[in-house]
Amino acid sequence: MEQGWRQAKGMFWAMLTAPLFWLVVFFFVPLGIVWLYSFGENRGLIDIVFTGTWSNYAHIFDLTQPYLDIFVKSLWIATLTTFFCLVLGFPVALAITFAPPKAKAWLLLLVMLPFWTNLLIRTYALMAFLRTEGYINTTYHVLFDMANAVAGGHLGTFQPMELMNTNFAVVLGLVFVNLPFMILPLYSTLDRMDRSLLEASLDLGAGHISTLFNIVVPMAGAGIVSGILITFIPALGSYLTPDMLGGPDSQMIANVIESQFKRANNWPFGAALSFILVYMTFIGIAIQGLLERKDAGRSA
Amino acid sequence: MSDALIKHKTTPPGPLEYLRRWPLQVWLGLVAFFLYAPLISLMVFSFNDSRFTTVWRGFTLKYYDKAFHNSSLIEAFGNSLTIAFFSTLISVVLGAMAAIVLWRFRFPGKTAFNAGLAIPIVVPEICMGVGMLVFFAKILPWPQNLTWPFNLGAIIIAHVSFSFPFVAVVVRARLASFNRELEEAAKDLGASEFRTLMDVLVPHIQPSLVAGALLAFTLSLDDFVITFFTAGPDTVTFPVKVYSMVRFSVTPEVNAASTILIIVTVVLTFLALKFQGSSALTAGHDGGAETK
Repeated sequence: MEQGWRQAKGMFWAMLTAPLFWLVVFFFVPLGIVWLYSFGENRGLIDIVFTGTWSNYAHIFDLTQPYLDIFVKSLWIATLTTFFCLVLGFPVALAITFAPPKAKAWLLLLVMLPFWTNLLIRTYALMAFLRTEGYINTTYHVLFDMANAVAGGHLGTFQPMELMNTNFAVVLGLVFVNLPFMILPLYSTLDRMDRSLLEASLDLGAGHISTLFNIVVPMAGAGIVSGILITFIPALGSYLTPDMLGGPDSQMIANVIESQFKRANNWPFGAALSFILVYMTFIGIAIQGLLERKDAGRSA
Repeated sequence: MSDALIKHKTTPPGPLEYLRRWPLQVWLGLVAFFLYAPLISLMVFSFNDSRFTTVWRGFTLKYYDKAFHNSSLIEAFGNSLTIAFFSTLISVVLGAMAAIVLWRFRFPGKTAFNAGLAIPIVVPEICMGVGMLVFFAKILPWPQNLTWPFNLGAIIIAHVSFSFPFVAVVVRARLASFNRELEEAAKDLGASEFRTLMDVLVPHIQPSLVAGALLAFTLSLDDFVITFFTAGPDTVTFPVKVYSMVRFSVTPEVNAASTILIIVTVVLTFLALKFQGSSALTAGHDGGAETK
């Protein structure tokens, strides 16, 4: 049973003060300033004054500017990424859940190792595959030459596939990077599921697919949503992947934010863009909270 | 378990033994290929004796030699390790404290504190990076030209901010399995609050402290975006350095340096596995499902 804080005041304050101080001063104050800046204006070269203006937010939705397009595109890229992660990851999570203990440990390790590996290195590793002289195009070239030899040279000259600096590369990179984030929450929900219900469903003659949609998905709903959010939010705010793998037209919100802060020096506008991301994060959390409450209500 | 092994040899797959069905095996193989082929080829080609082609031209260690003699790369690597070390130390202490407070006490504002701790975990990195940029530009300008390791202070602070909530999650999952009666027994036998904490509670959560530390260490080594916004020109970390090297070209030297970092990571992961079992690996991602 939890203790009232008054019962051990000394201990309570000794334990609370440091983390609370750190959280407020080194997290909420910085974010709070950015939030205030999003309602501010540039004055002179370096000063920003809080004026309570909404013009920075209005600027995002100004159709003569490219920002709304970039925003919609980012949403679209993040949605695609999440979808592919879910499709690729769900069977993996399912296999891990029902694997014997020894195989389970190995499979978890298999999923976790890339997660522990540096994000930049993983993105860089992908570049070697996608470049014009990369492994994929090299392989394609060899296959093309073989096919061309068979066809007697009718296929024309070899054209490498443009893989780098495309939207395709960005989505592929994001799926590559985020897949472990999707698999782990899925696995942890599936693992806590009552297996006898699945067995009952299969015993009573339902197929695996219908069991999946009628039993697993309704039961593991909240976990699936949390997997989706854990993938969607970082994908939406990703900076490195579009920066390294994307072309000039695959900029995402984070790249615009970076350029506003580091080059264009329009901090208030960059702040408004950042906070659009923060608001969306909060909306996501709220949705998840609602679903979890619904779930809890149903099982109670 | 031996039961399962015997069955494995003799019977067709049971209804829920998805791992023994070939479509799933193929699927797992493809996903594993997708996740690992880029990393493995990166490592293999760090030994390739050729600067430009993707074709194997023989074994060499010259790019490792080059990487080890690239003083700015080594300095960046040293900075990264220093930052990760201090950030881990602070994060483990703060994270454990936060977890214990939340687990042990009822207090006004508990829900808010709990939710507040979750926000650094979920907020996109770029937003936090921007926050740190503004904070260290306007509120707490970090003095230039400090001696090592104080010149890294701003980055360490930023890293602690996003790491310690993860540690708190890991420690809290472990605390859930603690029997509170043990604590009461210790107190009944005359131990002080502090003694009880150190001799009863901390030994119980020790595995989660190690797991949390490994997680914090990796998060810190891994971070690019937040560091990119916090770092000054003279405080380059390994990911920032690599970023500037690969921005326009793929060089075998970077492959060599990356391979070393991957190996460090793999070794750390195996250490975690050896000491903690697989629960250390999924720390913070399974909501404590492994603790049962």
